[in-house]
Amino acid sequence: MSRRQFLRSAVLSITGAALMLGTAGVALAADKPPIKVGILHSLSGTMAISETTLKDVMLMLIEEQNKKGGVLGRKLEPVVVDPASNWPLFAEKARELLAVQKVSATFGCWTSVSRKSVLPVFEELNGILFYPVQYEGEESSRNVFYTGAAPNQQAVPAVDYLIGEGVQRWVLAGTDYVYPRTTNKILEAYLKAKGVKAEDIMINYTPFGHADWQSIVKDIKKFGSAGKKTAVVSTINGDANVPFYKELANQGIKATDIPVIAFSVGEEELAGIDTKPLQGHLAAWNYFQSVKTPINAEFIKKWQTFTKNPKRVTNDPMEAHFIGFNMWVQAVEKAGTTDPDKVIDAMVGVAVPNLSGGYSAMLPNHHITKPVLIGEVQADGQFETVWKTPGLVAGDEWSDYLPDSKDLIADWRKPLSCGNFNTATGKCGAK
Amino acid sequence: MRMLLFLLSLLLTPMSWAQATPPLIDALATDDYAAKEQALTSLTETGDPSIVPALKALEGGTLYRRLADDKVVIGREDGDSITLTDPLSGAVLGTEPAGNLELIRVNNRLRRAIGASLGALTLRSPDAAVRQTAADAVFVSRDASALPLLDAALADEKDAKVKRSLEQARAAILLGDETLSTVGKLSAIATIADKGGQAALALLNPLTGSEDAAVAKAATEAVRLIENKLAWAAAAQNIIYGLSLGSVLLLAAIGLAVTFGVMGVINMAHGEMVMLGAYTTYVVQEMIRTHAPGLFDWSLLIALPLAFIVAGGVGILIERGIIRFLYGRPLETLLATWGLSLVLQQAVRSIFGPTNMEVGNPTWMAGAFQVGEVTITYGRMWIFLFGLMAFAALMLLLRRTPLGLQMRAVTQNRAMARAMGIRTARVDALTFGLGSGIAGLAGVALSQIDNVSPNLGQGYIIDSFMIVIFGGVGNLWGTLVGAMSLGIVNKLLEPMAGAVLGKILVLVGIILFIQARPRGLFALKGRAIEH
Repeated sequence: MSRRQFLRSAVLSITGAALMLGTAGVALAADKPPIKVGILHSLSGTMAISETTLKDVMLMLIEEQNKKGGVLGRKLEPVVVDPASNWPLFAEKARELLAVQKVSATFGCWTSVSRKSVLPVFEELNGILFYPVQYEGEESSRNVFYTGAAPNQQAVPAVDYLIGEGVQRWVLAGTDYVYPRTTNKILEAYLKAKGVKAEDIMINYTPFGHADWQSIVKDIKKFGSAGKKTAVVSTINGDANVPFYKELANQGIKATDIPVIAFSVGEEELAGIDTKPLQGHLAAWNYFQSVKTPINAEFIKKWQTFTKNPKRVTNDPMEAHFIGFNMWVQAVEKAGTTDPDKVIDAMVGVAVPNLSGGYSAMLPNHHITKPVLIGEVQADGQFETVWKTPGLVAGDEWSDYLPDSKDLIADWRKPLSCGNFNTATGKCGAK
Repeated sequence: MRMLLFLLSLLLTPMSWAQATPPLIDALATDDYAAKEQALTSLTETGDPSIVPALKALEGGTLYRRLADDKVVIGREDGDSITLTDPLSGAVLGTEPAGNLELIRVNNRLRRAIGASLGALTLRSPDAAVRQTAADAVFVSRDASALPLLDAALADEKDAKVKRSLEQARAAILLGDETLSTVGKLSAIATIADKGGQAALALLNPLTGSEDAAVAKAATEAVRLIENKLAWAAAAQNIIYGLSLGSVLLLAAIGLAVTFGVMGVINMAHGEMVMLGAYTTYVVQEMIRTHAPGLFDWSLLIALPLAFIVAGGVGILIERGIIRFLYGRPLETLLATWGLSLVLQQAVRSIFGPTNMEVGNPTWMAGAFQVGEVTITYGRMWIFLFGLMAFAALMLLLRRTPLGLQMRAVTQNRAMARAMGIRTARVDALTFGLGSGIAGLAGVALSQIDNVSPNLGQGYIIDSFMIVIFGGVGNLWGTLVGAMSLGIVNKLLEPMAGAVLGKILVLVGIILFIQARPRGLFALKGRAIEH
């Protein structure tokens, strides 16, 4: 172990220990041994900005479930670990949760690379992972439940909405990693299938944390002055968004001229920006805090009480954990055990209320059904829903618009039990 | 369309507009966007200029529905409550707590419609600046039904500049008319070509494929001329972007040029000093927001000395607490300061939370101005000037003050300096504090363009080291030239190679450069450098 790693892990273990102490009290309350629930979100490093909130929301959900008497008459005990935005550490911490802590289910990961890093561990040790973030698809594992949006539940409807608004020219701007690249590949194929010409699509990638957007915003402005209505589809991730939007505002690009629709910007991200100049820019999600349903109002109230902050916002991945956690509780009660094989089988078909008003169901491909909402940024940093899919959209793990994956399906019900079944050749595992 | 047709039929005889009535305004209070658009249409159809404040409030998000009686009112936030005025008469209607009001929300479609109505309704305002904005709004909306209105306004217009804008708006509308004669199109193309810029290109580009050969030719020629002009502007713009990026890099690196360049301490926690400066700005702004909102435009100036003190103070603590035991042991310094940077990040994360903090731009930092076709944003301009000022101040301090002399003496020959009666330990602490304090100043500037999050500093630490090494360790001029040239090279490469590849090319270039000149651009010569 190098000193650098030593220093880092020393800091982490102190934080970790503090968290453990906080949760130990719960364990003593029940007579039967508690059910352990793993929480695998980065509490330090670059991703802490997004993932800490998800850790908190899990603690809140578990606390509530315990107030209702737990699951199967047993208390739930959260086991929080900190993978510190370090992808290999995600795999180590996942192994620790499954092999040492023997958790019954794990809620965690944000970036696709962290999910890919823990995937072999969950498959080897037969664990259950709930993954709450929108992602690029092209994956279905027996041990993972994808409660965030697949591309057809976010990107494709967003583009449909803009086509309906008369947009003819497209800038696909993204951070340079797997999610934006795959999503943009799907979108490019989709747009071309809709008759958009190659010269009307501009694709741009920037490094993580890109801070100087001057020339790219100027290029977008130039691209948008060809006399056709132009929109930017943004898969820009994390910290790069704030300087991007600031530059847009400074160079005077308004949503009425060139709207930007984002897939990674939610209420939490907007909390760091003065949103007045951004009014009218768009985001596509499956949930907005501004959704007016009684269940959402109750959720927001609980969250703000739990965090003791009346201004704390909620966002889409939080809703995904809310759905995923309730699905897991229901599946465990249905199976009558926490045995992973039985719970995994019981999960398919489970339906729980989502916060947007309606029920989300777990599909055989381990993705869920969700509504898709398009929202416009308001001066107060909230989104106003301007469009909504008429019904629920079923998550499609293998995109129909990519030549490699259009014949593949996933169905984890017996007897098929396959994550990449090729309908053309009739074989499992043939990509 | 329909609304403007109706509107202009009314406005052709300007004094005959209908009276906008409260029920018409109250119709805006609905959740249904189609119904809101309908209400806006019937409002605009009255042609009554007294609805302009209501439309502006709707656009600006200050038009509310009073829940008690569904009346639509204009609200102005006044602490916890909202002061209400009548949208038509402007009469004060008292105050209400925010909970009794509901904001009337707008979407992009409505915003565009509001822009078009406002443009058309204010074309004949007595204020030339308002007429100018109105003409620009009509140029953007290109609503054919506004044409007779424009003609009427043109006939009355005295101000040459506004008149030109009105003519351009008129030409923009005419170009959209398929039935226009070739002659009419050619003259419209000439007017638009005269305007120049991106907006003109957007209008002319579709015409280059026109079936009418004369029109296509004129449009192609105009596009070529404008593009030529824009190409020069783009080159100038890229240089300006480069200087702006360079000034950001300079600000981030200049503190390091002191701690690493002059003192030789490999300070991996340098980025965290920048971050502390940014958080100081945040705290200052929060205080101002709650206690003295009027001072907001001064927040950055207030934050500057505080950021210097906070970051400098932490720097002195670090030097006294850790670094002074590690002089001459670069590897251990590197590891200790790296660990320290993690500790500082996590400490800030624990105190302020992991999410981004909102640091606002004072009004003088927001927006942009045009020089010809070149857009310069105010924020970037001030940061550029600030970077140069910080550099000049540091130069003066090091070259012209006794403290600067002592600093240079200690770093060049510690034993001799001590023999001359300089308290070297104190000078070490002050030098390190100075470098850290300057990093804190950089944090104030960077809070304006970047995220204020615990990770803020990490994004700059590599670049900072690169610049100091590239410019020549120990030479401040080298840091200046290094930062500016890296900024410009980066921005010239970016449009050609893309941001990712551009960055890689710069890195490769620097590696090769360091191979050829291991001591950077401006190498210090002499004995001091040997050990």
